[in-house]
Amino acid sequence: MSFASHDSATRQSQGEAITAEEIAESGAKADDATARYALLLGDDSLILAQRLSAWISRAPELEEDVALANISLDLLGHARFLLTYAGTAWGKSEDDLAYFRGEEEFRSCRLVEQENGDFGKTIARQLIFSFYQHELYSRLVHSTDATLAAIAEKALKEVDYHQDHAAQWILRLGLGTEESARRVQAGLDSVWSYVEELFTDVEPMTSLGEIAVLPSTLREPTLTRLHQVIEQAGLSIPDMSGAHGADRSGRHSEQRGFILAEMQVLARQHPGATW
Amino acid sequence: MTSSADSSSWPLWEVFIRSSRGLSHVHAGSLHAPDATMAIRNARDLYTRRNEGTSVWVVPAEAIMASDPDSKGAYFESAQGKSYRHATYYTQSEGVKHL
Repeated sequence: MSFASHDSATRQSQGEAITAEEIAESGAKADDATARYALLLGDDSLILAQRLSAWISRAPELEEDVALANISLDLLGHARFLLTYAGTAWGKSEDDLAYFRGEEEFRSCRLVEQENGDFGKTIARQLIFSFYQHELYSRLVHSTDATLAAIAEKALKEVDYHQDHAAQWILRLGLGTEESARRVQAGLDSVWSYVEELFTDVEPMTSLGEIAVLPSTLREPTLTRLHQVIEQAGLSIPDMSGAHGADRSGRHSEQRGFILAEMQVLARQHPGATW
Repeated sequence: MTSSADSSSWPLWEVFIRSSRGLSHVHAGSLHAPDATMAIRNARDLYTRRNEGTSVWVVPAEAIMASDPDSKGAYFESAQGKSYRHATYYTQSEGVKHL
């Protein structure tokens, strides 16, 4: 199919969805630095997908169960593309990378690792992450790496909905009752120190040129939009500096081990199992 | 956003989806949502996951006045035996081609 050709991957018609299998079969092979970049992006999506899936059957209403599950599945799809592509550099499958890497080898940011907390905290985290991801993917569609550009194009339409969902909820919780405003503000306060990490330039982004998006270029547009919607919701921007070591260089929060244990236990106890 | 703050559950909405241009909106199901904007979002999540639609309507369920299901006979069967309502008895005038 057209995806195998490097110069046409970004010009697929809308609605012709790519799949992880097509990436694996396309013959596109990432070099080491590009693969490490894809892995970092994929880890963010994978961990957040896992976190959100815990809301299924726990959300305030059935309708919200479905909404969060849909977002979780979208993110899982993005993680599958990115991990599959990363694996082409090292002869590994998406499952090798998701289930058989240790805690220290993941490159997810600490924001997505944070525990769900209540609905207000989950929505605060969704707001920040989906706004960041929207800025990121709307630039990554111009990547000179055709596979990354195609993945970003597919993901962007979905993230567009994720940020709308989060923004709608921030407004309703912020302008709802005293209790809902208090709780969503507490949620913002508890995750805000992990925002800075999203915008820190580190290897491999710094050496990839036009293939990657430099995180520091996303800081201003993302924060401007976040400030707008947070103020519109009658909430305040937390006044705090970034958490210590907020640099994506491999440092992680203590929650990562727990969520990986839960995610990886089945695959490790029954290697090669399918379900 | 404030209207339903004190009720224990969200109001019910009826969802109508138009599958393609030129067709009418067809009832797809119902859902709960705090307001119309969120009802549209929830409708998208619950009823349009497989490319079903080009347009979605939501209507507050309480805004719909429905016929009584028990009075089906009175409403819908009264036309039976009234064949004069169907224009089949009239002879077609000569020369009228496209009636």
